[in-house]
Amino acid sequence: MLSQKTLIRLAPWLVILFCAILWEAIVVGLNVPEFLFPSLSAVWKATLTHWDPIMMHATQTFLTTMAGFGIAVVFGLALGAAVGSSPVIYKALYPLLVGFNSIPKVAFVPVLVVWFGIGTVPAILTAFLISFFPVVVNVATGLATLEPELEDVLRSLGASRLDILKKVGLPRAMPYFFASLKVAITLAFVGSVISETVASNLGIGYLMMAASSSMDMALVFAGLIVIGIMGVVMYELFALVERKLTGWAHRNPNGAM
Amino acid sequence: MPGAGRTPSTAPHAEGARGRCIGAPATCIMEFVRFENVSLAYQPGSPFAIEDVSLTIRENEFISLVGPSGCGKSTVMKLVTGLKPPTKGYVYVDGRQVAGPQKCVGMAFQASNLLPWRTTLQNVMLPMEIVEPYRSTLRAQRAEYEEQARALLKRVGLAGFEDKFPWELSGGMQQRASICRALIHKPRLLMLDEPFGALDAFTREELWCMVRDLWQEEPFTVVLVTHDLREAVFLADTVYVMSKRPGRILVKRDIELPRPRDLEVTYTEPFAAYVHELREHIGHIRES
Repeated sequence: MLSQKTLIRLAPWLVILFCAILWEAIVVGLNVPEFLFPSLSAVWKATLTHWDPIMMHATQTFLTTMAGFGIAVVFGLALGAAVGSSPVIYKALYPLLVGFNSIPKVAFVPVLVVWFGIGTVPAILTAFLISFFPVVVNVATGLATLEPELEDVLRSLGASRLDILKKVGLPRAMPYFFASLKVAITLAFVGSVISETVASNLGIGYLMMAASSSMDMALVFAGLIVIGIMGVVMYELFALVERKLTGWAHRNPNGAM
Repeated sequence: MPGAGRTPSTAPHAEGARGRCIGAPATCIMEFVRFENVSLAYQPGSPFAIEDVSLTIRENEFISLVGPSGCGKSTVMKLVTGLKPPTKGYVYVDGRQVAGPQKCVGMAFQASNLLPWRTTLQNVMLPMEIVEPYRSTLRAQRAEYEEQARALLKRVGLAGFEDKFPWELSGGMQQRASICRALIHKPRLLMLDEPFGALDAFTREELWCMVRDLWQEEPFTVVLVTHDLREAVFLADTVYVMSKRPGRILVKRDIELPRPRDLEVTYTEPFAAYVHELREHIGHIRES
């Protein structure tokens, strides 16, 4: 019998394996033509055939995404700190931020292309624009939900607002911040790939567009899977950093400590 | 808002309060906190949370505020510490009118409010990172200050728990640590806002004795807000009973039980008489 712990560890792999078998079975069993929906084995074959270009484009997408994500983290942290520590800035900026976040970023790519030309820059900016919002909201929430009694304790010691932010506000907002990084990194991939699809001749997004225009569906799916894998790996990486740095916030004995 | 309700006559008042002791320094018992007809409305135009409160607290006096819930007991604390300016009247601490948050006040609340990412020792050290002169000498004298913090923790029975995180401590231990944090920088004024409210009866009595001992060894001025009349009578020199909102001081009762007080005193006739008397006042307030 598997122990509960082993089962929890194996569960995600089992689900992936199940989906892979289901995919293969449906496509082969129903004899779906490859230009509509390639089987998993055909996708694997295409991946091996086009290994070098896939890796080249994946590296491009990865670096683009990380650049956009990096800007989003710095910008989001600064803006979130401002929004969270001042009710005036909070009130002033929230409608604008929410409004901006509601714009589909794919609609914004053509504007970026006009400003910066085709290529890496609009992809970095799209990744940034799509991923900074959750960082801002989470950092602001972490700061704004500071217990009033704790603030009274510090103020009655003569602490300045900067003291309160440094000693309590930011450390307390860290779990919110790291939670937002996990969301932001996956969104950053969405942003950069969208931009590459529309306006680039490099990156996984471009590779998929090129492959689909030549009806090479196996390569399109290979691209999708590569993006998915990069997303999962980065998500797990940030989840690990989160647990290392803010373990105090995840002290549930049944949790992943 | 700061400045609201302050008038140009501020300066003479401040002088007056300070000048009271001149001429008889030897016999005069120094008053430390003074409320003169203080009222506070949290928002302009909204009803007063407390109204026309006048009281004086001597240096190193232990006072307690009791009253029905929502009577503005915590408001008094916010006024003394300068976290809120009065809408009407004047508040003086140490002869000076309170303008803006007081520095160097210790506070503890019903929730311990310890920082979960800091160990017990680091939590107790927090005021040393903020209050002068400790702040600017912390780098050079960290070892010495940490020794003081360890000694204080030991005095409240937390030796061996210095490097534990707050969630590893019981509720009573967290509260002990919270009171250490309020006292580490040797404030002249300690504000306690129902600090034992969430504890079980036995732990609560233990902590009464802890506060009593800390106060007796190195006296400081204490304002204790509480619902618990036995707690108020056991710890305080003076108990003030406040009315329903808007809070007013209805009764001032000096507790003349001899010190040091042992827990045994809580089972004696005079003690019961004080509690009974206060309970009757509260009962009248609740009926009205």
